[in-house]
Amino acid sequence: MIKSQDVFRVFEPHRGKAIVTTSGTSGRNWPDASKNPERDISMGSAMGQTTSAAFGLALGLPDEKIVLFDSEGALLMNLGVLASIAGKQPKNFVHFLLDNEVYATTGGQPVPNNANIDYAGMAKAIGYASTHHFDDLEDFATQVEGIMAEEGPVFVSIKVVPEVENMPMGLRAQRKTRTRPETIAALQEELGITG
Amino acid sequence: MTADTVLKEKNDLVEQQAAILRPETLVDEFKKNGVTHVVTIPDSETNYLYELMVDQDWLDVIPISREGEASATALGLCVAGKVPVVLIQNTGMMESGDSIRGMALDAGFPMVFVVGYRGWTRRGVIRDSAAKYTEPFLNAFGLDYYFVESNTDGDRITTAFEQANATKRPVVVLIGDEYHGFNR
Repeated sequence: MIKSQDVFRVFEPHRGKAIVTTSGTSGRNWPDASKNPERDISMGSAMGQTTSAAFGLALGLPDEKIVLFDSEGALLMNLGVLASIAGKQPKNFVHFLLDNEVYATTGGQPVPNNANIDYAGMAKAIGYASTHHFDDLEDFATQVEGIMAEEGPVFVSIKVVPEVENMPMGLRAQRKTRTRPETIAALQEELGITG
Repeated sequence: MTADTVLKEKNDLVEQQAAILRPETLVDEFKKNGVTHVVTIPDSETNYLYELMVDQDWLDVIPISREGEASATALGLCVAGKVPVVLIQNTGMMESGDSIRGMALDAGFPMVFVVGYRGWTRRGVIRDSAAKYTEPFLNAFGLDYYFVESNTDGDRITTAFEQANATKRPVVVLIGDEYHGFNR
């Protein structure tokens, strides 16, 4: 397993001008690595639906590369979206899955069949143009540049270390993050989208 | 009753339905309001509408796998500056409550949902629970809605767009299932 912070550190130099969105506990580490926050966007606010929102964004912005760092708990709540994505074949969509095998934010309970699901195999079978799986950081570092140059939809599953949170919600350290409307407004300004 | 008579009655019924609310009415309203994408799951009542939408070169039809995806996919399109419509049935709308809450109501974008009103009937008693709970569901979520059951109601779709644009909130158009005549 790889630390999500290391995934992001390795990925960031290959990001280019891609628009990046995240879901899940691991995704919370992305803002610490990002060097282009104007192109980071928060899309989540419903269980498992960040994937669909990123898919819609990819369809609406075909000339921009859209990168999603998804989580396996979220994806399992909305698994049919893989077929929806494969059906439209957005060439500009790179779908990373950070698989920590647990619901980290609720105390680390395992997701169903947690250690035995081949998400990349699932994405390949359902029709993604390209799929990859990593559980070694060096392998990922070697291939990430090529992955970012591939025609999508691309799916990349990565086994990551869970960052389990057990404290009651009210006692957890609060990260200072931009709100969803703030990130959307900043991205729209960056892209010149009005209305 | 002969087979010819049965066929004639069926054809008459189809023509009557088509005369009440033609699919072209919806597509015309979509075009008038600048719709770019329709996020949808086809249902048994909308096949002809689906075929008609797919034939429009100005419209991109996005099939999804479950209605919960619809609001989120539409939100992504809204962020991109596009004008999506969500086309689903009332059963799927109820399935996607959390998505409507988080990705439509809380999102601050205008979204029009065209919702097939399965089980609704103007005459007699509504027995389908899908219809019984549709308007209570909309009221519970604070979603304004307009009812369309004939071509003459078509301009209510424009009204829904105007309200959605003015309030930056989702607005629902309920399609009276018994009358729309999408199937031919």
